[in-house]
Amino acid sequence: MTNQTSHAHHHITPLKIYLGIGGTLLVFTVITVLVAGFDFGPANILIALLIAGFKATLVAFFFMHLWYDNKLFFVIFASSLAFLAIFIGLTMYDTERRAELDPIKEHPIEAQAAMYKNRPAVTGGAAASHGEATAAPVDTNAAPGH
Amino acid sequence: MADHAKTHAPLDEHVAHHFTDAEQQRESSKLGMWVFLLTEVLFFGGLFCAYAIYRSWYPEMFHAAHKALDVKLGFINTLVLISSSVTMALAIRSMQLGNKRQTMYHLFATLIFAATFLVIKYFEYSHKFHLGQLPGKYYTYTGIEGSNPHVFFSIYFVMTGLHGLHVIGGMIAIIIMLVKTSRDRFNALYYNPIEVTGLYWHLVDLIWIFLFPLLYLVS
Repeated sequence: MTNQTSHAHHHITPLKIYLGIGGTLLVFTVITVLVAGFDFGPANILIALLIAGFKATLVAFFFMHLWYDNKLFFVIFASSLAFLAIFIGLTMYDTERRAELDPIKEHPIEAQAAMYKNRPAVTGGAAASHGEATAAPVDTNAAPGH
Repeated sequence: MADHAKTHAPLDEHVAHHFTDAEQQRESSKLGMWVFLLTEVLFFGGLFCAYAIYRSWYPEMFHAAHKALDVKLGFINTLVLISSSVTMALAIRSMQLGNKRQTMYHLFATLIFAATFLVIKYFEYSHKFHLGQLPGKYYTYTGIEGSNPHVFFSIYFVMTGLHGLHVIGGMIAIIIMLVKTSRDRFNALYYNPIEVTGLYWHLVDLIWIFLFPLLYLVS
């Protein structure tokens, strides 16, 4: 650390850096909204997440001082993100490929929801023919004894 | 304890007896906050995972439902929250330089930004309540095509609601810091509480940085 001041060993970030990072974050917020106006197909979410990831990196490194602080704090933060990636990654792998073993039928989620009173329960044709759409509310709401 | 502390040199006044020195105390408090932030990342992570699952199951519904959110309000709220992060960082910097008055101005500005965020969120919420775009079984809106649109609003309300609770929690912490600063509890060498409050506040900003594109923009 060469840019230390007289204040013991505390790092004091120059005002320019805070304002510069703040300005960059605002500019990239505008960019992410403008970019969302174009359709890049499946790349849409990737672009949005890349911009968000870049903004988050700036916040973590400069506002949260990870760039200057004890590297242990960076390791802690990075490990939370690593475990989050494992969690979401494995879950999505299961979700996306489960149908290969056990075909999934579209079915109403929370079938007693008020919305199903105003519109037919959304089901795939196959599910409807199995009676799932109508059976679910009966099971939960019309139990004898109520 | 207060009388006891006065017998130490002024530099050590704020060092609790179980720490070797001020620097170790400062590092320890930040370490504690980072471990807490780790749990916060995983806490919100579960919700991001739920978002990912339902989005992959119902891409068309997500596309149709996200249009019900007002991009302009979400955009303004993003700018507001980023600005609040800047003023929070500047509050800490001011205290590092020993400027009490500036610290209070910056903390107050952070509070104003946070309150603005919540007011905008209130208008968004009340508009959706009015339309019946409510979570789960309370959903009565009929204008969105696709399967199970109420699931999108369950995810929207839980994610933004939990984030909103964090904003309120952060505001309470900032108010406490404001009062403590006004009572001369901090100086250029001791400002750990403001610093860890800042870390928490920046994480709240960081989570919103992801919520905004995922909920309002991505189609």
